[in-house]
Amino acid sequence: MIKIDLNIIYYVAALFVAIILVSILLLLFNVPIFETYKLLIIGSVGSIDKLGDTLMIWVPLTLASTSLIMTFKAGLWNIGVEGQIVAGAVATSFVARELHAPTPVLLSAMLIASVLGGALWGGLVGVLKIKGGVNEIFGGLGLDFVATGMIVYLVIGPWSRKGIASTGGTEPFQSTAWFPTLEGMRLSPLSIVIGVVVLIIVIFIFSKTSFGVKLKATGLNPLAAYRLGIPTSRYLFSAFLIGGGIAGLAGLTQAASMHHRLVPAISGGYGFLGILVVLLSGFRPALILPITFLFSMISMGSVQWQLRLGLHSSFGGVFQGILVMTVILLTGYQLYRRRQLNFKSDRNK
Amino acid sequence: MSPEILAIIVSYATPLVFAVIGETITEKAGVVNLSLDGSMLLSAMTGFVIGYMTGSLYLAVIAAASIGSIMALTIAFSSIVFRLNQIAVGIVLTLLGTKLAAFLGQDFVRKPGPYVQNLPIPVLEDIPYIGTIIFNQNIMVYSSYLLIIFTFWFIFYTKAGLNLQAIGERPEASFSRGLQVNKLRYLYTGIGGALVGIGGASFSLDVKLGWSDGHVVNFGWISLAIVIFGGWHPIRAAFGCYFFAFLQVFALKLQPILPRLSQVLPIMPFPLMIITLLLINYKTVQNFADKYQFIGNLIKGRAPSAIGTSFWRQ
Repeated sequence: MIKIDLNIIYYVAALFVAIILVSILLLLFNVPIFETYKLLIIGSVGSIDKLGDTLMIWVPLTLASTSLIMTFKAGLWNIGVEGQIVAGAVATSFVARELHAPTPVLLSAMLIASVLGGALWGGLVGVLKIKGGVNEIFGGLGLDFVATGMIVYLVIGPWSRKGIASTGGTEPFQSTAWFPTLEGMRLSPLSIVIGVVVLIIVIFIFSKTSFGVKLKATGLNPLAAYRLGIPTSRYLFSAFLIGGGIAGLAGLTQAASMHHRLVPAISGGYGFLGILVVLLSGFRPALILPITFLFSMISMGSVQWQLRLGLHSSFGGVFQGILVMTVILLTGYQLYRRRQLNFKSDRNK
Repeated sequence: MSPEILAIIVSYATPLVFAVIGETITEKAGVVNLSLDGSMLLSAMTGFVIGYMTGSLYLAVIAAASIGSIMALTIAFSSIVFRLNQIAVGIVLTLLGTKLAAFLGQDFVRKPGPYVQNLPIPVLEDIPYIGTIIFNQNIMVYSSYLLIIFTFWFIFYTKAGLNLQAIGERPEASFSRGLQVNKLRYLYTGIGGALVGIGGASFSLDVKLGWSDGHVVNFGWISLAIVIFGGWHPIRAAFGCYFFAFLQVFALKLQPILPRLSQVLPIMPFPLMIITLLLINYKTVQNFADKYQFIGNLIKGRAPSAIGTSFWRQ
């Protein structure tokens, strides 16, 4: 596995460099800098409503990131999470369309379906990797697009709205299949509970269970782990299944609590954004929470930037990208410096 | 199928040919440039904007090639000097490139701008059927033909090409044979990236004129898939590009008759990529390929052994 052991000083330095770079970009486009950062705060946590909306972004992003950390810890470069989110959302929608039952029963069934859908898609990447020798990067990427093809087919085909075959989305779900929300807000406590519980479970797996330790060992050195008697293939496969199931839950919250129907862009790009989060965390599960919260703030802030400053909607993504790129490069620089120093001290001995 | 439609297919495949050949060269040297989708978007935007502001297509293409090169060299540098993971840097650059392209190109969306003029080749264009398909195109398309042939010849029939393969297969052995592995990796990653950039430019200046958000419609990811489908072989890869362009154009023609199928056809390269990877690793297929050389060469293909790894002197 790629352990990034980042000094706190470098983190702070990277944050500063990123903010300076972003500010330069703002200057070039004649945007007031102070106003921009103020709107970022006000727009994301300035009121209860705004905080609620930020948390609604936080949930799927956190689920996608925890899913990724399951597989990254096992040394797998999983870029198939987008597809697994889609698979979870499709499974959710199937239940929401076909099953007519009281809300608690229906939502439980949707939850189980989403986990199974995501795990199926993740497991497929795993089977391709373990049995077929297909590198998980390309297996995952391929299945991302297959999932997108599937969703487009469903939306304009069998699940299309009556009389209209457009890529706009399906009919909204029956109202019993919507996640209940707080009075007058978009915030759904159930989503938050799912996000927090999953995050705690994953942190627990890696810090307290022997499964987590063995999975990490498999990621660090598969051959050594195998010789020590860890059934590495089975561990890798479980990482794909669990990761897929968690990603499926992100699909559930996207379909049942965000869009209330199936749309082609159901994944919201969280599968890719999650990779940035995980890279920024240096693969430490405990750091997921603050980073996903910061990223959700930026995503919400960019809505305000567009409304108040006329900034293009992509600016939030530019901010996130610059932030991660500086951290990664400074990490690399830190490692490089350390090697140089070791090299010199070896020579002086 | 009429020659006019085939001509459209050939022209549609051009950005892919540039990007796929570029990435094949980069990967042959042992470096994975996963940033293709971001690189193509950023270079398509740069190419269009520079062309729009200066009116010069040469400057536009050069600017786009430079952007593609800078993105690729960032990956090479992070891998060689910092020993960072190429996939990690590639993914971050993809997302950054995508967003940066949308942000920096915001004032140029859907503006009319310069484009590459058609340039039929005299005499050759009069060859019945083939003339219309191959020789009634523009300079970008002609360059892409030459690029395919040149790259094939270069990789397999020149000493420099053998060295290129060597540094991607056995960097240690190449180093002890006196090759400057990392310098060569910079060189070929830079060239490969420049070709990806030209692919992006040929998008905004030729195939789909102008600039809009998400302009290159996943062609970067598709190129990565076709590199594998092509088994890291320039001619097979080019065949993959034309085959994909055929599917795309076919899908457009199919739209009125079978709207559902036409929406799903564009994802075809991805299942094909997975099947190729399965076949490559499947024992029976390998044995079959070794037995019957001629057919074998069509289905065989293997990633360079040292792909995605950093090399340093012990």
